[in-house]
Amino acid sequence: MAVVFERPKSLLDVPTHYCPGCTHGIVHRLICEVIDEMNIEGDTIGVVPVGCSVMAYDYFGCDVIEAPHGRAPAVATGVKRANPEKFVFTYQGDGDLAAIGTCETVHSAARGENLVIVFINNTIYGMTGGQMAPTSIPGQITQTTPYGRDVKTAGYPIKMCEMLSTLEGVALAQRVSVDSVPHIREAKKAIRKAFENEKEKRGLSIIEVLSTCPTNWGLTPLESIKRLQDEMIPYYPLGVYKDIAGEGTK
Amino acid sequence: MKGNEALAEAAIRAQCRCFFGYPITPQTELSAYMAKRMPKAGGVFLQAESEIAAINMVLGAASTGARAMTSSSSPGISLKSEGISYLAACDVPALIVNVQRGGPGLGGIQPSQADYWQATRALGHGDFHVLVFAPASVQEMVDMVSRAFDTAEKYRIPAMLLADGLLGQMMEPVTIPEPSESKCDKSSWAANGHQFKREHHIINSLYLQPDDLEKLVLERFERYELVKANETDAELYLTDDCDILLCAYGASARVAKTAVNSARKLGIKAGLFRPKTLWPFPVKELNKAAESAKVLLDVEMSMGQMIDDVRLAINCSKPVYFYGRTGGAVPVPADVLEEIKRLGGEL
Amino acid sequence: MTKMTVITERCKGCGLCTTACPKEIVALQKEKCNKKGYFYAVCTDEGKCISCAMCAMMCPECAIVVEK
Repeated sequence: MAVVFERPKSLLDVPTHYCPGCTHGIVHRLICEVIDEMNIEGDTIGVVPVGCSVMAYDYFGCDVIEAPHGRAPAVATGVKRANPEKFVFTYQGDGDLAAIGTCETVHSAARGENLVIVFINNTIYGMTGGQMAPTSIPGQITQTTPYGRDVKTAGYPIKMCEMLSTLEGVALAQRVSVDSVPHIREAKKAIRKAFENEKEKRGLSIIEVLSTCPTNWGLTPLESIKRLQDEMIPYYPLGVYKDIAGEGTK
Repeated sequence: MKGNEALAEAAIRAQCRCFFGYPITPQTELSAYMAKRMPKAGGVFLQAESEIAAINMVLGAASTGARAMTSSSSPGISLKSEGISYLAACDVPALIVNVQRGGPGLGGIQPSQADYWQATRALGHGDFHVLVFAPASVQEMVDMVSRAFDTAEKYRIPAMLLADGLLGQMMEPVTIPEPSESKCDKSSWAANGHQFKREHHIINSLYLQPDDLEKLVLERFERYELVKANETDAELYLTDDCDILLCAYGASARVAKTAVNSARKLGIKAGLFRPKTLWPFPVKELNKAAESAKVLLDVEMSMGQMIDDVRLAINCSKPVYFYGRTGGAVPVPADVLEEIKRLGGEL
Repeated sequence: MTKMTVITERCKGCGLCTTACPKEIVALQKEKCNKKGYFYAVCTDEGKCISCAMCAMMCPECAIVVEK
């Protein structure tokens, strides 16, 4: 019998610290599948954030730098500028990328840094225990919006792909999801496209991945998938917001 | 050459090929010079979106083993302190230049030495130090650059060159060194892609187990002890027979030296102790300089910050007086001489 | 012959795999748990498995190996 599906080689064979049903593991795997298919593990440097995926350096087989909170795009810029022939990606959550690191995100995009940014949007701060994120949906109950996110006081969510797609330095801005196998397949294609853009020096690619946080949403893993489908996808429509190399731009 | 520009050229000669900066007076010429020269030297010049981004770009580039630096002035250094703490925690060597100006807050744009405590005590959160070099001339700004890089890489400790607006802006004749090569082998830790030839390298500062973190900090402090034993440096000027020992660094040491010379002409036995490294503080050197002194006079462009280290170094065994100007005001030799004369009269 | 194998010690019993199987033969069993206390997933009818690997694609822990 031949193996038709197993762990990609560049994803280290260790158990993760993620909660049951957390989709970080799926996205880690997709990135590593792309790295393996392109055979670039030895030339890749990952930059990981502060947040639940802070310890992703224990899972990625490539070299990894753990950045200060929100600074991953700046750290990655330093890595890439010093090593223009290497592959560099950041892995960031919504608090990291769209709150404390907004400045670094926007400016690395504006400069058109040749980077891949994988942005995990699960509408909540996971590691600190479930506070409002910049992407929390209006009405969403979190530890710091106990009566639901009130846009009058807490403002509106930031739709990062839409915003970044207006910048000239961005090569690819695409929102994907990991709630189902078809969507996971699409997500992987998007990540592959992002790394291909890096290879071709087309500019910055951001892949926003709608993800779950069962623990801090207070839902079971299966209920979480349903929330992603019923509440998140309508608010954060999937699709290609900018793609200078291909077609299908929204 | 102008101090800021000479320093920039020296960094390029020291094979620094990554400069990440953000404009701030009075260090701006350094960035501007880098913008002009770095592309021709085949290096990276990048004007970042903030001081925070700039220091994190340094963290990224230096983590891959590149010689990287940034420069700023006082308010900008406060913003960089986050990244400096991470550099120290990750044992990633890099160079940070502070061309000090008056503070606190936005302060002013005139020369100051009010960031001594910040540089030597609290350049970020956590238990750590950076190497602090204090030039007192344009030539020293040049000479200390490669030394700072070499020492930082040797011990894997970030280094700061603590200058001030006066040194940055002044023009002096200077000899720029020939290009030098870094001899440091960074292959055991640099995260520059493993090429399937080694284990993957992780540059990280997160350690959730107290015992693990404590062990790392202890190991780092062992390195600090080595630095203290081997890397301190100071100039001792007319200290062999001095009654009054002036203690000053950087630009204020130039003023103090003029005052010492004037005092000698008046028959007052004054001398000067000028630390070239502020961390580690040259404790042995100060005690040697202070052997014959009856009193010490600390001169700074601040309300008195280095004076703490002076008192600690001599274990408060002699009286230490202070004269300083702050807020961007520079002490003049005549005023320092008055202090010397007053102290001389009391002896 | 086709086969999906759950690496039981890696399974966290989240059940995402159960939503992915087109043959509806992946389930969380309720008798045995692994060392971490999770009721791990199993294939309830190996004869029906078509090795599509959809369960494995949905698994956040890389806890499923599929063979054909």
